Amino acid sequence: MTYPAAELPIPPEIAPERTLSAAQWGMASFLVSEVAFFSTLIVAYVTFLGRDTVGPTPAQALSLKLAFGTTLCLVASSVIIHFAEAALRRGNHAAFKVLWAMTIALGAAFLLGTAFEWHDLITRQELTISRNLFGTTFYTLVGFHGLHVTAGVIAMSIVLLLAARGAVAKEHDTAVQLVSWYWHFVDVVWIVVFLVVYVGAKGGTA
Amino acid sequence: MATVDRSHRLEHAGSAAADNASSGWADALHDWTTTVDHKKIGIMYVLMSLVFLVIGGVEALLMRWQLFYARNDVLGPSVFNQLFTMHGTTMVFFVGMPILIGIGNYMIPLMVGARDMAFPRLNAFGFWITLFGGLLTYLSFITGAAPEIGWFAYAPLTEHTFDRNAGTDFWALGLLISGIGTIGAAVNFIATILGMRAPGMTMRKMPFFAWTMLWTSFQMLLAIPPLTAALVMILFDRQLGAHFFDVQNGGSAYLWQHLFWFFGHPEVYILILPVFGMVSEVIPVFSRKVLFGYEFMAAATMAIAFISLGVWAHHMFCVGMSRTLDLYFAAASLIVSIPTGIKFFNWLATIYGGRISLASPMLFAFGFLSMFLIGGLTGIMLAAAPFDFQLSDSYFVVGHFHWVLIGGTLFGTFAGIYYWYPKVTGRMLSERLAVWHFWLLYIGFILTFGPMHISGILGMPRRIYTYDPSRDWEWWNQLTTIGALVQTPSYAIFVYNLVTSLWKGKPAGDDPWDAWTLEWTTSSPPPSYNFETEPVVHSRRPLWDLKHPDDPDWQYE
Ligand SMILES: [Cu+2]
Repeated sequence: MTYPAAELPIPPEIAPERTLSAAQWGMASFLVSEVAFFSTLIVAYVTFLGRDTVGPTPAQALSLKLAFGTTLCLVASSVIIHFAEAALRRGNHAAFKVLWAMTIALGAAFLLGTAFEWHDLITRQELTISRNLFGTTFYTLVGFHGLHVTAGVIAMSIVLLLAARGAVAKEHDTAVQLVSWYWHFVDVVWIVVFLVVYVGAKGGTA
Repeated sequence: MATVDRSHRLEHAGSAAADNASSGWADALHDWTTTVDHKKIGIMYVLMSLVFLVIGGVEALLMRWQLFYARNDVLGPSVFNQLFTMHGTTMVFFVGMPILIGIGNYMIPLMVGARDMAFPRLNAFGFWITLFGGLLTYLSFITGAAPEIGWFAYAPLTEHTFDRNAGTDFWALGLLISGIGTIGAAVNFIATILGMRAPGMTMRKMPFFAWTMLWTSFQMLLAIPPLTAALVMILFDRQLGAHFFDVQNGGSAYLWQHLFWFFGHPEVYILILPVFGMVSEVIPVFSRKVLFGYEFMAAATMAIAFISLGVWAHHMFCVGMSRTLDLYFAAASLIVSIPTGIKFFNWLATIYGGRISLASPMLFAFGFLSMFLIGGLTGIMLAAAPFDFQLSDSYFVVGHFHWVLIGGTLFGTFAGIYYWYPKVTGRMLSERLAVWHFWLLYIGFILTFGPMHISGILGMPRRIYTYDPSRDWEWWNQLTTIGALVQTPSYAIFVYNLVTSLWKGKPAGDDPWDAWTLEWTTSSPPPSYNFETEPVVHSRRPLWDLKHPDDPDWQYE
């Protein structure tokens, strides 16, 4: 037996769901896994803090002044990348490219600062990864962060190249947005590292 | 009765023929190695897992041979250590996780009405890097010997001082890179489930398997990276002279245990949550009822995913933590039994009053229910710290977690494979062989792991390669070994059934179980693009709505 079509219940209209796009969910969940990764390295750093019997200690080896400079670079880059995105949203491609390039430059400056710091630590302070627990945990944590900055600089350079070729969409471009999420994340991790490692070292408690 | 209006179906038989356009082995090989189709990748994950299941099983049989007699010396201590290390590592990382990821890979896009996973190339990358991780881990045998560290790799056994062979490096590198593949899979599942569901499929109308894969992926995101970091630390210790776990230079073996179990405990839920999802698909279909208490089941899944991130140190009661920590971790672990119990009663309530069919998927679902219950109960016993003080590191623990992983994960996975095999291949598996598979596995399994609880209570420590005849453990060990021998043919029957049914099985049709979720609206096997038109969903059982336009589910949800 079949029912006449008129008697069949009519399903309600489907309301479109407002949610993140698949790509945005993907980047967000990737960053969650990165939080878990860096948390582990920070836990290891804090666990061994002050347990060394051989120097140098963080207070002896680290330069807060230099770290302050590199931190400023990253924080400024986070602000500038925000304006770069805003420029793109307004459709101002020229401003976008300039601001985006400035972000890359600041990221590169951070890496240069780190290279200078490590050179000094290794040659003058004789702090290596195998020297003591501080060296072990410090180089692992800061090294992995630096690796992430490097990856960010490369990703941003690719986006800049695409933009120069006119391949970045007006107003909204997923790659631009996701790379900038990643960059903000790398920044936030650095602020935590800066507070725990550098400010912590000079805070007198370590 | 209402008839299904076939013209509404989203099926496209005949498209499978187009997939077979490639001719010859070289083309087929090229096709499979370069594919980004979630279905082919899913199949490759499952095949890889089955190969490693055989390898891990052979390792187990060798160990059982060694333990058959007291003072037996067929293997010797070093080989025995290598075998239990590789057996555990293989079963967790290269069987358990990839088989669940593989089934998820195949089914999730079909179940949520998407044409592929969110990131198909990342998906292919994840599979290949997982496979290479497995191969790399096994390469450790070529370096002279596999590591003798156990799958938990307690420090300082992994330090260069105690292990000058390169086996541990291969092991750590293998797990590290396969872990990256796992994180990629988790990212992909989350993006697919949250960002690519068919119109109308709100969070509350998802198939339950998709819901559990979502929370499994969430756990992977938080649990795998700490293991990755800890493996990096092992490698830095061994290769660069760092001191993380180097106790002679201030490193901490205790830190390793925390990091490892922070991964290790959620890992058991990573291995069981997808299975909860599979049996939650199977039980309603074979009881002809909707899943009882969907919302409670969903909330319980979420609760398990969160609570189980905070219970890891119940693996460390005997390390000598403070009494406060012992109390906290015991209490937190016991709390997990509440959401798990909710699930259990909801499955029973789904079955209750249903028109039950004992087809192979349901048979294995019953196997899952009965065995997982017992494994769960011994888990509650071990979560009580004073009880654990007595039986930690004994065969009681080995019996417990095999009961959960085989009685729970493996039986549930088999339920899923018997359920979905017709969709994947277009053929039915032999029910007669399935019954043989089930009963040999069921009886062999109880015979293998039941006596372990008793030898454990009698004081037999785990990981020993032999024991003294005066300890009265021999009889129980012989029972265990006989149980393993009873289990062995069940796997052979299963593989034989999988292979021969490809051409001997009777054609399955699109919807052999009269099921209700979107994957059954496609042809068997589904076309490479899954759905020609985007399906629109109004309830948790879209296919029921299509079959019963006079009485659709969305009127009641
Ligand atoms: Cu646990």
